[in-house]
Amino acid sequence: MSRGTLYDKVWDEHAVTELPTGQTQLFVGLHLIHEVTSPQAFGMLGERDLEVAYPELTHATVDHIVPTADQSRPFGDDAAEEMMSELERNVRDSGIVFDDPGSGNQGIVHVIGPEQGLTQPGMTVVCGDSHTSTHGAFGALAFGIGTSQIRDVLATQTIAMEKKEVRKIEVTGELGSHVGAKDVILTIIRKLGVEGGVGYVYEYGGSAIESLGMEGRMSICNMSIEGGARAGYVNPDETTYDWLRETDAFADSEGRSPSGSRAKPGGDPEEFERRKEYWESIRSDSDAEYDDVVTIDGDEIEPVVTWGTTPGQGIGISEPIPEPEDLPEDKQDTARRSQEHMRVTPGETMQGYDVDVAFLGSCTNARLPDLRDAAEVVEGREVDSSVRAMVVPGSERVKAAAEDEGLDEVFTEAGFDWRGAGCSMCLGMNEDQLEGDEACASSSNRNFVGRQGSKEGRTVLMSPVMVAAAAVTGEVTDVRELPEVAVR
Amino acid sequence: MSSADEVTVDTVERVSGTGIPIRGNDIDTDQVIPARFMKVVTFDGLGQFAFFDQRFDDDDEEKDHPMNEDRFRDASIMAVNANFGCGSSREHAPQALMRWGIDALIGESFAEIFAGNCLALGIPTVTADHETVTAIQDWIDTNPDGEIDIDVANEVVRYGDEEVAVTVEDAQRRALVDGVWDTTALMKSNSGAVADTANSLPYLADDD
Repeated sequence: MSRGTLYDKVWDEHAVTELPTGQTQLFVGLHLIHEVTSPQAFGMLGERDLEVAYPELTHATVDHIVPTADQSRPFGDDAAEEMMSELERNVRDSGIVFDDPGSGNQGIVHVIGPEQGLTQPGMTVVCGDSHTSTHGAFGALAFGIGTSQIRDVLATQTIAMEKKEVRKIEVTGELGSHVGAKDVILTIIRKLGVEGGVGYVYEYGGSAIESLGMEGRMSICNMSIEGGARAGYVNPDETTYDWLRETDAFADSEGRSPSGSRAKPGGDPEEFERRKEYWESIRSDSDAEYDDVVTIDGDEIEPVVTWGTTPGQGIGISEPIPEPEDLPEDKQDTARRSQEHMRVTPGETMQGYDVDVAFLGSCTNARLPDLRDAAEVVEGREVDSSVRAMVVPGSERVKAAAEDEGLDEVFTEAGFDWRGAGCSMCLGMNEDQLEGDEACASSSNRNFVGRQGSKEGRTVLMSPVMVAAAAVTGEVTDVRELPEVAVR
Repeated sequence: MSSADEVTVDTVERVSGTGIPIRGNDIDTDQVIPARFMKVVTFDGLGQFAFFDQRFDDDDEEKDHPMNEDRFRDASIMAVNANFGCGSSREHAPQALMRWGIDALIGESFAEIFAGNCLALGIPTVTADHETVTAIQDWIDTNPDGEIDIDVANEVVRYGDEEVAVTVEDAQRRALVDGVWDTTALMKSNSGAVADTANSLPYLADDD
């Protein structure tokens, strides 16, 4: 078993007791909730006559069903309106802070937690959403949970969990131009498999990871679950601390916080230093022991796109789509079905694959630097006439910040639709969906059949700059080969 | 005594019933229950939407799928392959299977959150190697009325004349066999220790 890792230290600090099952009862420092997976949990609390034990450690927003065009109430979709009303009632009755649309703070739950400084190193974070692993970018232990576990957290502020093994994934070297976090994580999942992380927590490190900003680290941790690992994390460092200093929790004493202010030191520099001492103490020791270590050469990574219907079916943009018979036996059947669905030809590259929709958004890639990078590619170009292109910022704050920089104009002048914050076309629970057999260049995290709202729809996962390149050319394109354009 | 302490939890030492094979690796929870059916505030009624897009075409006509076959309609044990339940954490997935009639799953491997969600519903997810699971799936195909018995406590599956060893993850086995898989009341009873832990955490300890 691992020893001296961040995972071991944070686990031990949050362990309440051992349960009769052998599981650990683990204290939860931050519980994030949204409208899809929490209403049934509140219902179960009601049935058992229980109350929310620590409402000040719970924080709510709406993201999956919220419309990204017209957000006036009642929502046009009755089912969405009912879910929204249910969430509003639950948070009001329980005294839970809620970032509702128009508050300036609403957004995808995994975007708003970090940006408000709710997510901090050394915390345990849970949410009824598998991409809760995102928060590991801060050196937090963050787990996606199911609704019955949400009930447990609401009632007790704890979850029952078994300790996992720790796999260190070292990405060495330096990433090339237009190669980023998304390409790194798609490479990791391709190499280790979509089930390779089951039973493990991933610790990401190495020069290529450490050189990334917080948003890139979030993109990588976000997709830990796509590799089967329930959680992934990066040890906190100066990049983490510099980012945290700018958040509400630390920037000034007027900022917002969870309702009890328990996690909030305000703008007190001494408090920041005290916290930092703690954050430093939970970093993995230099002689920490891991259950497994994997090394990946970051210099070798090129822009990655998926050719199939699992996130593990990815290739470098210049590589050929594999022949199913060249894959391990247990992957062949899935590969054949995926290739049939996607209508791709083994032996060819993905370059030139026609795209009908370009989606820039999701908890993986809808943060400000993602939008900046994509805008740089888009600027001075036009969206191909065959493409429906949309940008869905991750939060109202991301949207406002992007507009301050004029990114919205870059996108709209090129022909992108500039929309409100939410999960949108990542999973098709609002009106933003693929139609028929449309092919989508998507910055999101899953290419499962039917994921984007149409069971014939085809999703090609890629980085934000690659989505931008696909949008302006109408096909999957190596962003590095786009000719220079003169920008005003 | 509060009502939380009165919740009685059944022990799940064994599950018996007929089987249904669902073949294929990496079956994700978006397939088990498509997102559009999650626009609900309760889990009631999800059973009819289990595997909906695999079972019905655009005109709601039935497609070839085991769950549409009469011979499997009363099945309560689902035999699946590797990495079943990957992807989204939606508990709607096991809820839909349970409400369709599934009481247990036998598979090569299960995604972690899915298995945890099943456990929270008292549904065992037992595992065996590829050959064993394939043999069970093939047997179900030719014996749709045949009884399968999952002995959770002893980690054995019996069907026809066969008796095969399976794996039930340790915590899951103890939780099911001892009837402690519904953890709310159990964990609530430790509220003093929970408060102590909260007060020992550097990021919460400065409170009052």
